[in-house]
Amino acid sequence: MNRTLSFSILTALIVFLIGPFLIIVAASLSAGDTLAFPPQGLSLRWIVKVFTVESFRDSFIMSMILAVGGTFVALLLGVPAAYALSRYKLPFGEAVSTVVTLPIIVPGIIVGLALLRYLVVPFSFSIGVALFLAHTALVLPYTVRVVSSSFNNLRSDMEEAAVLLGATRLGAFFMVVLPNIRAGILAAFILGFVTSFNQVPVSLFLSGPGVRTLPIDMLSYMETTYDPSVAALSALLALMSIGIVFLAERFLGFSRYV
Amino acid sequence: MSDRAFLSLENLTLSYGSSIAVDKFNLDIRKGELVAFLGPSGCGKTTTMRSIAGLLTPTSGRITLDGTDITRVSANKRNVGLVFQSYALFPHLTVLENVAFGLRLKRMPAADIEARVTAGLKSVGLSAFSGRKPAELSGGQQQRVALARSMVMEPKVLLLDEPLSNLDARLRVEMRAELQRVQKETGVTMIFVTHDQAEALSLADRIVVMREGLIEQIGTPEEIYNNPVSSFVADFVGFENVFALKEGKLATPAGAVALHETLPRNAAGFAWRPAGVALDTGPFKGRVKSVSFTGNLREYLLDTPLGPITAEVSAALPVHELGTELSFDLPLKAAAPLQRFA
Repeated sequence: MNRTLSFSILTALIVFLIGPFLIIVAASLSAGDTLAFPPQGLSLRWIVKVFTVESFRDSFIMSMILAVGGTFVALLLGVPAAYALSRYKLPFGEAVSTVVTLPIIVPGIIVGLALLRYLVVPFSFSIGVALFLAHTALVLPYTVRVVSSSFNNLRSDMEEAAVLLGATRLGAFFMVVLPNIRAGILAAFILGFVTSFNQVPVSLFLSGPGVRTLPIDMLSYMETTYDPSVAALSALLALMSIGIVFLAERFLGFSRYV
Repeated sequence: MSDRAFLSLENLTLSYGSSIAVDKFNLDIRKGELVAFLGPSGCGKTTTMRSIAGLLTPTSGRITLDGTDITRVSANKRNVGLVFQSYALFPHLTVLENVAFGLRLKRMPAADIEARVTAGLKSVGLSAFSGRKPAELSGGQQQRVALARSMVMEPKVLLLDEPLSNLDARLRVEMRAELQRVQKETGVTMIFVTHDQAEALSLADRIVVMREGLIEQIGTPEEIYNNPVSSFVADFVGFENVFALKEGKLATPAGAVALHETLPRNAAGFAWRPAGVALDTGPFKGRVKSVSFTGNLREYLLDTPLGPITAEVSAALPVHELGTELSFDLPLKAAAPLQRFA
């Protein structure tokens, strides 16, 4: 009885989580001209078409630059921040922790609007730079949180041992600390990459000529063209994310860090 | 040369805000000596050790090592080794790389490094494990790697934080022998920190008993064990029955109690080990509250007008049941006179 109930709940949950993905994949394999489910016939023409749409290519590159570059900068800022927060009793440590996590709490719409209204418009700030800053800020909380947990799991006496063997504090960090939190940094990178890549609300406000992320480009494409190529692109992106997370789990035990 | 202090701590003081962790600590240690800092947690023993290593900067005072003032020398230039309680091995490096870590930082020629690491691993009996990662070793083996890693640096002083407390009974005996051997072979000056009196008594040449940032007593294991200067030390080294002395009488819950022998008036108190209490004889009475068998001996806890008294007698004697009234005596010849009480 109990077993049947939990089994049905689990099934419902899986259908709910994976269902949309399967529908998108099916729709993308359609031979018809409009986005429809069930698909009309089977073909790979929409998947092929994705690669020929020029704006998709440009916005994919833009999204990649933001996701890889923004996450990289967020790590450059986040790793030292996480180190300081977990190793030292800082005077405003709690406050800093909270401020760092704010971008997760504040709705993206507000962040995007604020950046546009108070950074881009009054200072004629480049939209591309504003977008990069926004994505970096958005990813920063994840890097700090994930890397902090790595630091907390790493005993500080290891660094002291390295110092007593002749290393400088900085040397000890690079020789002893960094190699042991590599998995945490990679996990933070993947989480940040996926977060940035799938980000919509902030990017929505920070789009302009030649500056457009892939999700925003897909939205505007759908406004004019209702063919299955968007479904094909979604399916490809989902596969990319699944691939990355699968590899991370396989080699790093990703789920320990998130 | 050998008479002069090799490591000397002068008026060493460390305070955190208003609380003083170590207060005007003065100690001279000879070259090759094996010294234990003994005391309960929070007594300042670890703080003192960490300031010798350079991991903490003293608020005031001076540390001199081998004729050089090292008070302000940074930890990575002191050539002081430290074996951490957690061993603090580098998990991403093999045993060999762990032991070679410090030598490589010194940019020593590869052949010299190899020779020293090989000798170091051999001396702790871990030659066969050089390719393993620390996680693949037992706790005892990890500790020996940590010991080798410090010793290949040929440190002027080797510090050990609670070296035996993480080990089981059998490994304890092994490690104690290991440390004594290393000390004898290399003549390195060793300081170890412990809260375990048995560990200090069995290993050290000299024991520094600490309490609340102050030195309570310095002496050889025999001196500390037989002649504790204060009630604190007496309690710490197993004198379970400790009394203050007031006008030649013992201060007890039942008021001043005189012994049939005259007590010297210059002492602040007297202490008896459980084995020093004479049972089935003497003027005092107590009821058996608990009995415990410890192998050769049987320990009685007595409820008496003098407060609880712990007595120990041969287990070969017939056992007294709970609630039995026994007579006992506190003989002066078994008493340790205390210079300070509390």
